Amino acid sequence: MTGLTGAYVPGDSVLHRLPAGAKLLGLLLAGTALLLLGSPVALGAAALAVALLYAISGVGAAAAWAQVRPLRWFAAALFAMQLVVAGPSAAAVTTLRVVLAVALAGLVTLTTRTTVMLACLERCLAPARYVGLDPFRLSLLLSLTLRCVPVVAGLAGRVREAQRARGVERSLRAFAVPLVVSTLRYADALGEALSARGLDD
Amino acid sequence: MIEFADVRVRLGRRDVLCGITATLAERRVGVIGANGSGKSTLARLINGLALPTSGTVTVRGMDTRRQAARIRREVGFVFTDPDAQIVMPTVAEDVAFSLRRRGVPKAEIDRRVHDVLARYGLEEHADQPAHQLSGGEKQLLALCSVLVLEPAVLVMDEPTTLLDLRHSRRIAALLRELPQQVIVATHDLPLLAGFDRVLVLDRGKIVADADPETAIAHYRALLS
Repeated sequence: MTGLTGAYVPGDSVLHRLPAGAKLLGLLLAGTALLLLGSPVALGAAALAVALLYAISGVGAAAAWAQVRPLRWFAAALFAMQLVVAGPSAAAVTTLRVVLAVALAGLVTLTTRTTVMLACLERCLAPARYVGLDPFRLSLLLSLTLRCVPVVAGLAGRVREAQRARGVERSLRAFAVPLVVSTLRYADALGEALSARGLDD
Repeated sequence: MIEFADVRVRLGRRDVLCGITATLAERRVGVIGANGSGKSTLARLINGLALPTSGTVTVRGMDTRRQAARIRREVGFVFTDPDAQIVMPTVAEDVAFSLRRRGVPKAEIDRRVHDVLARYGLEEHADQPAHQLSGGEKQLLALCSVLVLEPAVLVMDEPTTLLDLRHSRRIAALLRELPQQVIVATHDLPLLAGFDRVLVLDRGKIVADADPETAIAHYRALLS
């Protein structure tokens, strides 16, 4: 879950100290470079570079693995499909590109506090004021998305437990209906909490 | 000072509150009542989360209908379920959230966040994802996120309902130390020990208004 919740891993590495804007720009450039690299050897070298960056960051192997772990089935399916359609070299290239891009994005998240990231995002979105959009609200939207991932996962876990207790594990309806209802309730309560905390000032 | 003047709240065909008139000036005020008696609605009226269908609610002279935004700067609100009020991924970020919104300088934000987390024993969790805290710690975090704004009034809607005995006692001890005026809607009767005044609601009306001992006795008689 760490990779999806924007959990910052405290540290004092070079990557932790870099400004959020520089890291996001670096991510953009690295993502572009990954698209331009066309051979498995070059992408293998890129993988080593990403591993080196993780080592420099000092976030630990568990946090690193948590970034790419949710991708494992998708990556396996992508590799298998590409293997059939385009051959082993193309399959390796495509799969490595996706996994490395996610790993790099995860590294930015792990080494940057959400508030710092949001402040950077707010600065980038400042011109949106001229078309009537509030940059704070736009960045809050991103933050709430990150915050909601573990909450909705927790709700889904509770619904699954209730399903098991009632012996209806295989019923899609018994899973979807309470999950949607409880998610909507959560959204209502969150809206009220945001009002109470002065967001509708 | 919080004043309810002939307040009525109607939801659909049901009167949730009927003709509430009261002035709350005491430092500790409890509101008790059975489920559906209107105590949560009464609490929500105080910072404008709910508005009266008729009548007025004023907080420190401001009408909740017209000055809700200003009132929310003075009235902090703690909900029953802390999960619904934590809006940022990590503990320190959540406490800092409202301060950022108010344009407080970063250095002061850092100092106030550090102070409040240290005061309530959450300092070691500052960089931890909020969803990994226990229920009691989450409620403490919700309280910290409100108290960091230094509100004049604190309203809590069943703050101990989801907590174990240890955390309920901790919240009760914290409430006793707060300098703010505190209004608590609750089912947790021991939480009201030492309160200055307790209102008992039944079907949207105040049926008792007294010291905790007298009010709780009235409430028990009502339920028996």
